[in-house]
This record gives sequence, C-alpha cells and structure tokens, in this order.
Amino acid sequence: MGGYIFEAINTIGKAIIRDKQMLTDLDAAIGDGDHGINMARGFEAVQAKMQALEAETDIGKVMKTIGMTLISSVGGASGPLYGTAFLRAAGPSQGKTKLDTDTASLMLAAAITGIKERGKAIRGEKTMLDALEPAYDAFMEGAKVNKTVIECLELACNAAQEGVEFTKTIAATKGRASYLGERSIGHQDAGATSSYIMLHALLEFLRGNN
Amino acid sequence: MKKVINVPEQVVEEMLQGMVLAHPQYVKRIEGFDVLVRANAPESKVALVSGGGSGHEPSHAGFVGRGMLDGAVAGAVFTSPTPDQVYEAVKAVDNGKGVLLIIKNYSGDVMNFEMAIEMAEADGIVVDKVIVNDDVAVENSTWTIGRRGIAGTVLVHKITGAKAETGADLAEVKRVAEKVISNVRSMGMALAPCTVPAAGKPSFILEDNEIEIGMGIHGEPGTHREALRSADEITDHLVDKILADMPLGTGEEVAVLINGLGATPLMELYVINRKVAAILGDKGIKIAKTYVGNYMTSLEMAGFSVSILKLDDELKELLFAAADTPALVQF
Repeated sequence: MGGYIFEAINTIGKAIIRDKQMLTDLDAAIGDGDHGINMARGFEAVQAKMQALEAETDIGKVMKTIGMTLISSVGGASGPLYGTAFLRAAGPSQGKTKLDTDTASLMLAAAITGIKERGKAIRGEKTMLDALEPAYDAFMEGAKVNKTVIECLELACNAAQEGVEFTKTIAATKGRASYLGERSIGHQDAGATSSYIMLHALLEFLRGNN
Repeated sequence: MKKVINVPEQVVEEMLQGMVLAHPQYVKRIEGFDVLVRANAPESKVALVSGGGSGHEPSHAGFVGRGMLDGAVAGAVFTSPTPDQVYEAVKAVDNGKGVLLIIKNYSGDVMNFEMAIEMAEADGIVVDKVIVNDDVAVENSTWTIGRRGIAGTVLVHKITGAKAETGADLAEVKRVAEKVISNVRSMGMALAPCTVPAAGKPSFILEDNEIEIGMGIHGEPGTHREALRSADEITDHLVDKILADMPLGTGEEVAVLINGLGATPLMELYVINRKVAAILGDKGIKIAKTYVGNYMTSLEMAGFSVSILKLDDELKELLFAAADTPALVQF
C-alpha cells in the first residue's frame, strides 16, 4: 500500500482504464473514437511513473509528474488539456499532503484556467469544461458554508454529472465533434464524461479514506 | 477485426522499424522517438516538419526526402503526436535556418505542435507554423474550429518543400506554404469505414448501399449519408462543392490530387480522375499536373478525396520541381 496521494491517483487511473470502452464509444459517435484509448494509455503511463513515487506525500510534486506524463503519452486533444490541467493544479498543491477545501478549490480553479487557455474554449461548447466549471461552482458553494472537502466534492460531482447530461442538449463548437454541428446534439461529450469520472473516483477514494 | 498485426500497442513502433528498413537511403530514426528524419539533409536550409496520427501512410514519413519534408512525427493511430516527440523532430532537423511545422487543423494537432514550439523556442530554435485547412466539407464558421486539414496537405508538403530546397529563408518558405494553403481545396467520401487497431471495431457503420459524404480522414462522420451513386455522380458532387468555394475561370491552371483512403483500387481512382478532368475541361480549366494514388490514407477505409490546387507561375514551378522521397519521386 502506498501513501494517500499515491492511492488517490491509483483510484482515478483505475476508473479511467475501467471506463475506456465507454469513453471510446461516446467519442466514436461524434468524434474520431479514441478518447478512451488515449486516456487509458495516459493513465497506464501515470501508474508506471507512480511506482517510483509511492512514498511521495507532496501532492504538488505528484500533480506535476502526472501532468508531464499525460502530455508525453496521451496525444490528441486530451493530452495537452488534461496534462496542462494537472500541471497547473501542481501550483496551489505544492507542499500540501492532504486535500483540504482551500487547496482543492485552488487546484480545480487552476486546472480549469489551464484548460481554457490551452484549448481556447469556454463553457457551453460541449467540452470537459461543461462538467468542470459547474463542478467548481458547486464546490465553492459548499466551501462558502464551511462544508467538508468530501461534502463539497459531492456537490461538485452532482454538478459535473448534470453538466455531462447538459452536453447532450447542445451542439459542439470545439474539437472534432464541432464538424458535425447540429448533428452532435443528442450525444454526450466524451471529455466532459472523463472529467466526471475523475472527480467521482476522487470522491470515492476520499470517502473510503475518511 | 482482421488485421495483419502483432499487438495493437506495437503497430506504430513496428511500422517505423519497417519503414527505416525499406528506405534507408531516405530516412533514419531518431532513437527512442517516433520520429523519422532525412538520411542526408543539406546543411543549410529551412527544415520542414510535419506529422500527425499514424494510419495515414504514406503520410507523413513517406514524404521525407529531397524536395519535401525533413522530418515526420508519428502519433498513435489517428492521434496527434505528443509535444516531446515533435520537439525532438524539430531539434533533429534544425540547422540554424529555422524550422517550419506543417500542421493539419485538428485541435489536438494544433495544441501538441504549439506546445512543441514553446519547448523549441525556449531552446533558442527559430520555429514557425502553418495550419492546413483544405476540407470544404466542413463549414468554416464561428460554430466550428475551422476546416479540417486533409489530403491537400500533401501538395503543401510538395510545394513548400521545393521552396525550402532553394535556400529561401523561413519567412519566404512560410509565405509560399500559406499561399498553397489558401489555394487548395479538398473533399472526400467513404464507402466503408476503417478499424483502429486499439479500438478493434469499425469507427462507423455504413449499410451496403450507403455512402458518407465529406467525412474526415479519421473516420469522423461527414456532412451527410446518402445512397450509393455512380462514380461520375459522386465526383460531380464533390467537385461542385470545391468549385463553389473556389471559383475557377477559363484559362486558369490547377493541379489535381485524387487520393485513395486505403482500400479503394487505383482502377476506381482513375475512373474518378477521368471525370474530374472532364468537369474541369468543360469549364476551360487547364490541369497542369495530376496525382492519382494513396497519399493520405485512413487505414483500410474505402473511399477517396479530390483536391484541387489553383496555380500561379510561382506555385507551378515549385510543384514541378524535383522531389525524391519514398512515396513521391519526380524529376
């Protein structure tokens, strides 16, 4: 058994690898059908890298390693986007060994800013931001009334899930699905889904470790 | 899935090994990376790097050689290469005169190549980019990320490569690349899908009598589906779309590229070319050069694309310049 952060990342990686086929199928409907394959390849590389970091307790150091590993192993659009997200999340978590509400909210905010800058995207374009931004807003609502990090993350996960549902109702204007325009309506966005899967896996881990 | 492979995860690696063994006079491998560069590059010229997902062979490494590319980066099948791979290619081909990246317009390609540019610039390498967006099937509106880059990219490689070979500086080479990009239009159709090895099943399903019009080179769905029609009718439709976007007048000159997507026989590509020539001939448009074959494929997808490049004297001269690469040789 590794440390707290090692196990948290392991749980997230396992969830992505478990849902590889579902993510690929979602992508195939409106994109080019490789999201699950690429994300699983990335998290397999992360798991391999994490072996050497089993005893690492600094969340920031681990986030940086994950970001670099995703950037150099995923490719496509999700590599730079998720890679940048994890790299940016490394900033506010540097030197932290436990995920408190403050740290988690700063990490989420930094990750979202990174994704927006790298992808030149905003909410409402049928991307991962449609899960992550509502998740952040909900997290902050919880933080404002002093809920615990797990309670905040529960709110965030629910909002992310609603965000994933929302992507079914809109047309894509970013990524390969944008080529379909109106034909993309009715389909769930694969990137929003992988974002939800990661948040949910983190929540499950925190619940199990509380 | 029926494919002649060993394991899906090793396809790209084993393909690169095979390419180097087949074409040692043209390409060599950058050890540890999915990058092939010219075996014998001149010392002082602007270097051209292109690349993208694998599965489009002979694109991109097939065009590494004299008069075309200096380096090609291979991503996973249909997936943009990662920035570190592109960065290695840039470092390997840079000889001080600068490097131009030729990128096809997909968000993944653009993001990964841009990150590579940031890495190379931090090293003091002069590097710039052009983005190819020749696919007229896609609406170029605020509702999309712009048009896709497809087979017309090969003509960008050819002409830009010829310009770089003259010893022109980076700004000049980039100007020519952008001129080609603004004058080339393409559109494709598919009769049958392809299967990405790691996915193991076809990327889309078409009924026996169905065709997909305007799909991308990764099997992204096209603009619409319709019933199978004759080669002439389909060709008419594709060329109409191209000419609607790029009006060509009597006496103007073009180059034509009839590109197979992997599973369409040359016989059919020639049938299509005959019709393209007839349509252009009727309009008084002169065809200066024609390429027919598999240049930018989509694994074993059945179908083709038509690309038309409007020429002026400068582009024509560069198009006719010599090229010596594994997949394109002309003197």
